[in-house]
Order: sequence, then structure tokens, then C-alpha cells
Amino acid sequence: MASSMLSLGSTSLLPREINKDKLKLGTSGSNPFLKAKSFSRVTMSVSVKPSRFESITMAPPDPILGVSEAFKADTNELKLNLGVGAYRTEELQPYVLNVVKRLEALASFSSLLLISFIHFLNRMASFQAENLMLERGDNKEYLPIEGLAAFNKATAELLFGAGHPVIKEQKYVATIQGLSGTGSLRLAAALIERYFAGAKVLISAPTWGNHKNIFNDAKVPWSEYRYYDPKTIGLDFEGMIADIKEAPEGSFILLHGCAHNPTGIDPTPEQWVKIADVIQEKNHIPFFDVAYQGFASGSLDEDASSVRLFAERGMEFFVAQSYSKNLGLYAERIGAINVVCSSADAATRVKSQLKRIARPMYSNPPVHGARIVANVVGDATMFGEWKAEMEMMAGRIKTVRQKLGKDWSFILKQIGMFSFTGLNKAQSDNMTNKWHVYMTKDGRISLAGLSMAKCEYLADAIIDSYHNALLYWETPIEL
Amino acid sequence: MSSILSNVLPAPEDPVLSVIFACRDDPCPVKLNLSVGAYQTEEGKPLVLEVVRKAEQQLANDLYCDKGYLPIDGLADFNKFSAKLILGDDSHAVKENRVVSIQCLSGTGSLRVGAEFLAKHHQQRVIFVPNPTWGNHPFIFTLAGLSVEYFRYYDPHTRGLDFEGMLEDLGAAPSGALVVLQACAHNPTGIDPTLEQWEQIRQIVRSKGLLPFFDNAYQGFASGNLDSDAQSVRMFVADGGECLIAQSFAKNMGLYGERIGALTIVCTSEDVARKVKSQLLLVVRPMYLSPPIHGASIVTTILKNSDMYKDWTIELKGMADRIISMRQQLYEAIQARGTPGDWSHIIKQIGMFSFTGLNEKQVRMMAKEYHIYMTYDGRISMAGLSSKTVPQVADAIHAAVTRIP
Repeated sequence: MASSMLSLGSTSLLPREINKDKLKLGTSGSNPFLKAKSFSRVTMSVSVKPSRFESITMAPPDPILGVSEAFKADTNELKLNLGVGAYRTEELQPYVLNVVKRLEALASFSSLLLISFIHFLNRMASFQAENLMLERGDNKEYLPIEGLAAFNKATAELLFGAGHPVIKEQKYVATIQGLSGTGSLRLAAALIERYFAGAKVLISAPTWGNHKNIFNDAKVPWSEYRYYDPKTIGLDFEGMIADIKEAPEGSFILLHGCAHNPTGIDPTPEQWVKIADVIQEKNHIPFFDVAYQGFASGSLDEDASSVRLFAERGMEFFVAQSYSKNLGLYAERIGAINVVCSSADAATRVKSQLKRIARPMYSNPPVHGARIVANVVGDATMFGEWKAEMEMMAGRIKTVRQKLGKDWSFILKQIGMFSFTGLNKAQSDNMTNKWHVYMTKDGRISLAGLSMAKCEYLADAIIDSYHNALLYWETPIEL
Repeated sequence: MSSILSNVLPAPEDPVLSVIFACRDDPCPVKLNLSVGAYQTEEGKPLVLEVVRKAEQQLANDLYCDKGYLPIDGLADFNKFSAKLILGDDSHAVKENRVVSIQCLSGTGSLRVGAEFLAKHHQQRVIFVPNPTWGNHPFIFTLAGLSVEYFRYYDPHTRGLDFEGMLEDLGAAPSGALVVLQACAHNPTGIDPTLEQWEQIRQIVRSKGLLPFFDNAYQGFASGNLDSDAQSVRMFVADGGECLIAQSFAKNMGLYGERIGALTIVCTSEDVARKVKSQLLLVVRPMYLSPPIHGASIVTTILKNSDMYKDWTIELKGMADRIISMRQQLYEAIQARGTPGDWSHIIKQIGMFSFTGLNEKQVRMMAKEYHIYMTYDGRISMAGLSSKTVPQVADAIHAAVTRIP
């Protein structure tokens, strides 16, 4: 029987506090009616029976992870996977952040010296943290529902800056450890559904593909605000402001803190001020998705400036954080949801409700990633090394953009992991079918999946795709 | 300044947390917290298994360790070995490729993903749970979009299983309804059906076309033997019918905080299994994208390596044996004090918990005067007892029973 340290004991009557609305048959429920056949046999013999899942259809492959599957199946040796937003080294292996101290220890492995040290010196600050954890003999008891306290403190400080009034004594911000960015967004979406009935979320056009899935499954209505301008391959600022202005008062505006996914286009500081103005004017609620802090410019503080601007304004707002990219902790699923409130009392109430949402979803969050982050950020030496690694990785991405971008000046204006090439679907298909370059169908490439050596190959592929895959589409970009 | 959050109410206090906090705030040095659903050693300390430490060291030394995203359904080897653990190495269902297993966040996560999937795709959305059951069950299922009903389970007169009532209620359930069955070591009562009773349950479930959803959180922890504890589930799978299984490694591998478990769905055919799997991924992706790797790596390392697996079974049996010994000691201590009533249920019940039969007044008195804390339904965690503290608990029970009706 599943239970936890925080288990609720038993419930033998109808549970209290059940939202009666939830008892209605849920979601879209578009299943054809299938009467379950009653089983007349009572013996143990095995036989083919009708399945009660017979009417289930095959779900479409995931648009992003599905790209990786197609890539894996491709046997061509020139193939490139630029689909998934995960950092790759020059040798296109997943990169685990390097820590200078480990360099000395690992140098004793003579075979490692033969191969590029970025690939083999793949120990990050987290390696040190993990070993520290092992040495200390940390136990594996359940975390509280809100997660590791040391992590929650560290993550809020990283976001707002240590000593910022909004997190002083952790009073005004409700911070809950979440399952990376996705899980944190989902907790917030569930809170919105419960307490902001009818409010909708505005998401950028385009935005990360999973955003709408999250809001759909949480039953929160959403619509789009203009963002990407295909003519300039830049920000449609006028459209963005107009759409935000037009939204019903009290809407949630989903903003990417930095390194917009998928376009790589961020508002300038001046534009951020105007965005804050219009949001305040319409009493909207900002909802930041911060998945790349430090990864965009190389500076943690600079990348948090948009969020901090809003905090300065005394606004109440939401921020989802992820440590998947900047600490390379993708698979540990570590992130947080922060709700900046106007009073300590509100923060307490909000925190209690977020816990109430997390408990029937997964009870309490995983401890490992939280400890790694808390240890890295909490240790001055390790944190300093981490910041240096950050700057190195972000710098590499900038270099790749520069090398790729001789004729692609718009790319230089974009920052972060992704570049929106402006290729349409037919052109993207040509990239894959002819050149074995895998990218998502919206023309997005992950520059972190690109090595210096492959830049020329990619440039050739892009040029060819533009000219030769052109169908009945809008004007291609002039090269 | 007006707040957008002004209509956010404070959530009700979690009943078990309030017990934990009360114990925490109790200044008495001999206080004892028996509400904790986590194994403790004789010294009252949490335990990390030796074999788990070994696995972690191995993982930490692996320079090629890749922390890239796991697939949405988690670590493939973990899924494979977890399925085998519950279904058996020689499972026909596994061989016929009609089993879907996906890594989830321990038992809770497995239950939630399974419930969301059922709410979307199963035509009957009523789910029957035992009365009583783990406190989180109704919340999980309700939030997933299912409607919760109860079947009789605990008989307070016998402090045992109300088997007739259970069969009656299952028999009266609408055809095709879902039914939660705790595979072993029922929480909170500690009362499990016998194998003969399981067979009768199986027959009625199958004849009414009910779809079982097993909660398997204590495999190996109940009797000390992994296969024995899996018998109830395997009985159902052997008849060729479908079922869901939520599996947790929180207790039997002591991996509580790593949140590692699996949702398994046994289907009637490979084709159905394929489609079911694809739909499960659509539930997971907007919830948390993909599961955390660390716990999965530890479990896989252990299950894959026959020496480590053997070491694990030994440590697991050690934990189960200590709990059984605590039951015996507590029972004998109560007998020795001549406490009125039949206390044999303490040794008849199985697993981490015991439903003592103490009422709320008695429970509160034990907390106040004897500094022994348990949940108000009279449930104690045997795993929190030690030889040193048994006398104190026996004294407290004796006092509570003799002074408070």
C-alpha cells in the first residue's frame, strides 16, 4: 500500500474538501462508447479476451522527441540532430559541466588524454556535489511536499538576487520545488484553474510546444499574442503590445525570461519596460518561464533582469524555473514555481494550495537534483566554478552563432539555445530528407547541437533548402 | 494594495502532518513518533540500504554518465526489470509483449498517471477503493477525473477483514468499474486477504468485468519474500485478463525521496499495449515531461546485477523480519500487562502498519501523557518501534485501554 511519511492516515468516509466539480466526467472524453464485456469465465485458463482499451488510437509521435527517434533510425553518417534543446559538446556528445578540480583527478586516466577534454572531462559541479552527498551519507527520506528548504531558498535567491526585499525572510514569495520547468508550470496552471476561474493565459506565437499541452491538460484556456515576425525574423513588438492590451483584464501573460524558445528572440531592456507598463495597465498577471538563466548571456544576473524589473514594480506574478539546461540536470527534473505575492499572508496561503496540488500528483518531489543545486549554489567555490562554466558554454553558443551567421545577421540578434531559421516546413523537410539534418518542423534549430566543424555543412544545407525546396510559400529570406 | 491572490484560501491542515508537528514540538526526550510511514532502525534512525550506497558509488564513478533527458516513459531497463519483478521472470504476459511499463514518480505518480489515463480512455469512471484506504487515494483519483466509491474492508469488531462485505460490495459494483486492490500489506489496516480469499476476489472481479488497479507499494516488505508478496497480482495476470499496477520502490529499497516507481498496464494484446503506451506518454508530457533519473538508475543497477539483487533481498528480509519481531514483542508485552481485549490482530496483521483499534480519545491521551504519537485512526507504524521502546508503548496502550473506554 503506498504511503509516505506524510501519509494522511486513513479516510473511511467521503473525503473532505473534494471539489464536486471534479466528479464530473473529466476532460474531452471523446471515446466511442465501448461496453465492457462481462467475463463469464472464472477459471485460470489464459485466452484472448476483448480488451477494454480496444478503442484507443495510436497517439502521434512527440513532435520534438519524435525527431530524435527519426534521427536515431537514420544510418547516414553525416546526420545531425538539431531537434532537441539539449547541449552537445564539439563531439556532439551530451556535455556534463566541467569542474577544474576534477581535471587533475581525471588526468590520471591516460586514455582520456587522447580524446578532446571537453568530452571526457564531463564532470560538472554536480559531480562534486554528488560525491559530497555520498561522503556525508545523506539519507533518502521523503522531502516535505514543498521540497528541499535549502533548494527553495537558493533558487529564489538566484532568481531575484540575494537580499532582494521580495525574498527577505522568504516572506513574500511562495516557492515550491517542482519537477523542472514543466512540473512547475503545471502546478501553477492547476492553481490558476482553481483560483482564477475563467482567466486565460496568453502565450507567445510561437512558443515551446509543450506550453499548450500543459494548459490544456490543466483545463486552463489560452490564446496567443503576436511575437515572431517572419518578415524581419525578429520581434513583432507592436503586435505583442497590441495583443496584450486587448486581452481581458486579469489575464496571465506567459513570458520567457530570456532566450525565448523557439525563436531565440528576446525583447530589449527598453521593450521590457513597455511590456511591464501595458501589463500593469491592464491588471494582467505576468507568468515567467525561466529555463535558461545564465545560459543566454552567460550572466545569471543579466538573464534575470526581466524578472527583476517586474519585482521592482511591486507586481504579483508567477515564475517557473528550470535547472535542466544551466546545470545540465535535465534528467534530475529540478526546478521551482515561485509566486510573488503582495503580503506574507498571501504567500503562506498560496504555498499551502500549491502543496495541495502537488500531493495527489506525486506526493513530494525528488531529492537528488534539489540537493545538487543546493550544494552547488550554497558552496562559494563550487558556485564560482559553476558561473565560469556557464560563461564558457554561453560563449561557445555565441561563437557558433557568429560562425554560422556570416550572412545571417538576424541570428546574431538572437541569443540562447535556439535559432529560428525562418525555414518553412518544406524547406525543413529538405534539410532532413536530403541533408540528414534533423530539426523541428517549425524551422527551429538548436545551436547547442551544432559543432564548429559542422557549421559549413549546415550552411550548405540551409542555402540548398531555401533555393531548392521552395514551393508555394512566402518570399524566402534574401541572402 | 489589493491582491490578485485574496481569494486563495489557506489549505486545510494535513491530519498526519499535524501529528508529526505535534511530536516535533513535544519537548519530552522519550517521545516516539509512530505515524511515520518510513522504516527506522532499532536505533530509530532512517536507513539507506548498503546495496543502494554501493549502487550510488558505482553510478558516481561512471564518468560517462549522461544526464540528458530520459524518454517520457523513463529508463528502458528500469521499466523492463520492474515489470519482471512484479510479474515474475517467466510471465507470459511479458513474453507476449502485452505489458506496458513506464517509470513514474513512486506509487503516487504511478497511480495518478494511471488514473488520468483511465479518466480519458476508460468508459467507466467510477473507482472503488477499500474502506479504509491510504488517505491520498481519494484525492489522486478525484483530481484525475474519476469518481470515488468505497467497498467494505475493515471489520472493527474483529479488527480483521470484512470479507463477506467486500465480496458483496464488489458484486454490486457496476460492470466495468475500476477497483483498487492493495497487493499486500494493506495501509492502514495491515490486513491482507488469504490466498484463498484472493482467488474468490479474483473470480468476482472477473465475473463482474471490473478492472483492477493494484497498488503495490510493499513487495518484499510484507512477508520478506518478493515472490510471495506478488502472488495476488500474479494470480490476476495469470488468468489472461487486464489490470493496472502501481509499483513503488520507496519502502522496499528505501528510496523514499528519490520518487521511483512504475505504472504497469497488462493488456490483452501487443497491439493494444502499443496504443496504450502512446497515450500514456500524452498524459506524462504535460505533467512533468519525463521522470527523474537517479532513483531509476539505482534500482536498475541493483535489479540487473545478480549479486546486488541477492544482497538486496537479504537486506529487505532483514527489514521485514525486524518489523515482524516488533509485532511479536509488542503483542507479548501487552499480554504480559494483562491488558483487556484480544490483541492478536497485532501479530495477524502484516506490513508496516497496524490498526490497533484504539479510538481517537485513547490516541490523544497516549500523545499527551506518554508522548507516543500516531494517527487518530489508531494506526501505528511498526517500523518506528524498537525493542527499547516496546515497553513504553505497551504501558501506554494499557493505560489508554483501561482508563478510557
